[in-house]
Amino acid sequence: MMNLLFASNGIDIGWGTTTAIKTAVVLGTIPAGALILGYVFLLKMMSHMQSRLGPMDPGGFHGWFQLVGDGMKFLQKEDIMPEDADKRVFAMAPIVVLISTFLVYVVIPVGPSLYVRDLNVGVFYALAVSSLSVIGVLMAGWASSSKFALLGALRAAAQLIAYELPLLLAVVGVVMQARTASLQGIVEAQHEGAIFGWDSIGLPFIFTQFIGFGLFMIAAQAELTQPPFDMPVAESELVSGYMVEYTGFRFLFFFMGEFGTAFAFSAIAATLFLGGWTLPGLDMDAEYMKIVGPIVLFTKIMLIAFLMFWARFTYPRFREDQLQKLAWKYLIPLSVINILVTAAFIVWI
Amino acid sequence: MTTDSTPMIDIDPRDMHHLAQAQMNVELDTGDMILNMGPQHPATHGTLRLVVRLDGERVLAADPIIGYMHRGYEKLTEYRTYPQITTLINRIDWLSSFANEVPFIHGAEKLMDIEAPDRAQYIRTILTELSRIATFILFLGEMPLQVGAITPAFYGFRDREHVLNLIESATGGRFHPNFNRIGGLKDDLPWGWTGECRRVLDICAKSCDDFERLIVGNEIFQARTRGVGIITPEAGLAYGVSGSNIRASGVDWDLRRDGPDYLSYKDIDFKVWTHPDGDSFSRYWVRLQETRESIKMVRQLLDKLPSGPVMAKVPRIIKVPEGEIWVETENPLGQMGYYIYSKGSTGPFRTKIRSASFSNVSICPWLLQGIYVPDVVTVLASLYFILGDIDR
Repeated sequence: MMNLLFASNGIDIGWGTTTAIKTAVVLGTIPAGALILGYVFLLKMMSHMQSRLGPMDPGGFHGWFQLVGDGMKFLQKEDIMPEDADKRVFAMAPIVVLISTFLVYVVIPVGPSLYVRDLNVGVFYALAVSSLSVIGVLMAGWASSSKFALLGALRAAAQLIAYELPLLLAVVGVVMQARTASLQGIVEAQHEGAIFGWDSIGLPFIFTQFIGFGLFMIAAQAELTQPPFDMPVAESELVSGYMVEYTGFRFLFFFMGEFGTAFAFSAIAATLFLGGWTLPGLDMDAEYMKIVGPIVLFTKIMLIAFLMFWARFTYPRFREDQLQKLAWKYLIPLSVINILVTAAFIVWI
Repeated sequence: MTTDSTPMIDIDPRDMHHLAQAQMNVELDTGDMILNMGPQHPATHGTLRLVVRLDGERVLAADPIIGYMHRGYEKLTEYRTYPQITTLINRIDWLSSFANEVPFIHGAEKLMDIEAPDRAQYIRTILTELSRIATFILFLGEMPLQVGAITPAFYGFRDREHVLNLIESATGGRFHPNFNRIGGLKDDLPWGWTGECRRVLDICAKSCDDFERLIVGNEIFQARTRGVGIITPEAGLAYGVSGSNIRASGVDWDLRRDGPDYLSYKDIDFKVWTHPDGDSFSRYWVRLQETRESIKMVRQLLDKLPSGPVMAKVPRIIKVPEGEIWVETENPLGQMGYYIYSKGSTGPFRTKIRSASFSNVSICPWLLQGIYVPDVVTVLASLYFILGDIDR
């Protein structure tokens, strides 16, 4: 993306440098995104919703230091590994989770030419690599040699299989309407679309694919193992499930993976349904979009993340069998119907 | 087993089909897993240990193992004088400690043939009901936490704090008031306490409404709790389940109304709430209604609060005459009783404490069979026990 950014100014930097810059930016985005979500929603919004007083204290103004303090605490903790643990797998598991988060960011466009790779199967790539994290979760659960961790990991696997399907099927409607699976193409389609000929706000797919949006949000919530679908970590039953044996920096990796993925999924949802980095009335190809685009996308991400975390702090947890029932009996049939209806509209209207 | 010599078995080919099926069943049987829930587990409120035998997520058998917090209170009472014992029994059910003192003091008073003045009885009733409100409001927030919702727990703690402050301002102790004396109370209520009490009751009433809107109507909460952990009235009575747990099974039995005359419950009218279902949801619902009923009761008591002394005439050194007595009261967790056997000295010769949670938890092995792991937590939360009340 950077070479394209500079290319318009006539500066050409080599492929190696570009790749290095891209990697650095994406690597920086995960902790930054996780920190932002953690600060705004986990500390501020949750504290206000739950009338907690603690996170308002550290650092003086509105408890801004709390998250830094938490991070420092994790760094200071002893790195404990259970004696019976499979040492190598135990150490690798958090990294696998983080890598899957990392790979999702590759296809998310944040501006007219600001993306790492514009794959023509972008959506499906993003959803496929995001589900890699379950391998890390299974590794963590198995290697911990703890029954609670194992139960949590198996629950995570079952949950992911059940919710990968509605997640993908919910997106199919968008792809059909945009006639492309490239995320950049979907953004363009929404910007240039028109609602029955009225094109002043484009066509954000949330208007036509509202069922798809709802399904996507529910399935994403399950993919992220957030309440009401947090059985794999279920604090009150499994004492944090697959993460139970992790301490210090390794736990921080899981934490960053969780919030980084939440950030990524919010970005995907914003791109698919809310028009991504464009705003109606702004010129897509203009030079200033390279600055405005990321800001617009960030605002939309925060909007989506707000919905996610709102549900997270409000609802109780489903039971494992109820979760499966919800996925197979309601979400998947509904998403198939959504696809059929979308197809009918496209063909006949 | 040695495998050197495989025994030859004559098998009729027609039986092969059955054998194959038997083999299939053996292969599909995944074997049991023993899961130790506790003594350090967030859902066991302390140190209850639950040995659960699992087949996948299904519970085959669950055995509660208690005694990690046994402090020997029954024995300790034998070495203490009556006024000292109230300090001790405060710690049995620490969430509603004022209610623990009442039956013991009541029993000692009966043995000594002393009647506490009216005002003291009223204040005792008010404080007992306040501790019930404090306990139940915590429950109303805490059971959703076990079911997976984090937020209500904080509401529960926040609103309970008002009640605890109220108890503290009257007795000087937030958790362990030790306010009862044989023959009355240590002090009268402080100036302006009744007005403050009414204000706090309004907060609690609003809190109950909040919980009703936030939790009771929630579809996920209902899906998680309805039909889970059903106690039939027969089984409940057979196991000695008492209090709100048995009322949630449809047994209309409340010692405040049906028991021996104690405190000033005869002067006020209140409704005993029951629910026909007997599942976890009904236990939550009954406690919610009982909290509201307690709020109404305290309001009535505040209106009727008589004037007068709070302490009867008692000898300087308390010696309880020879005799034995059984007193039972309706505590927040259920039926609490003391069997006091006195030989005429300054302390009891022998005390038997009947605590509610012990009997309530004893139904667990029967109740937890065949449900899923998440339901274990739901059922335990809905039974609402305090470890100190189980182990004493």
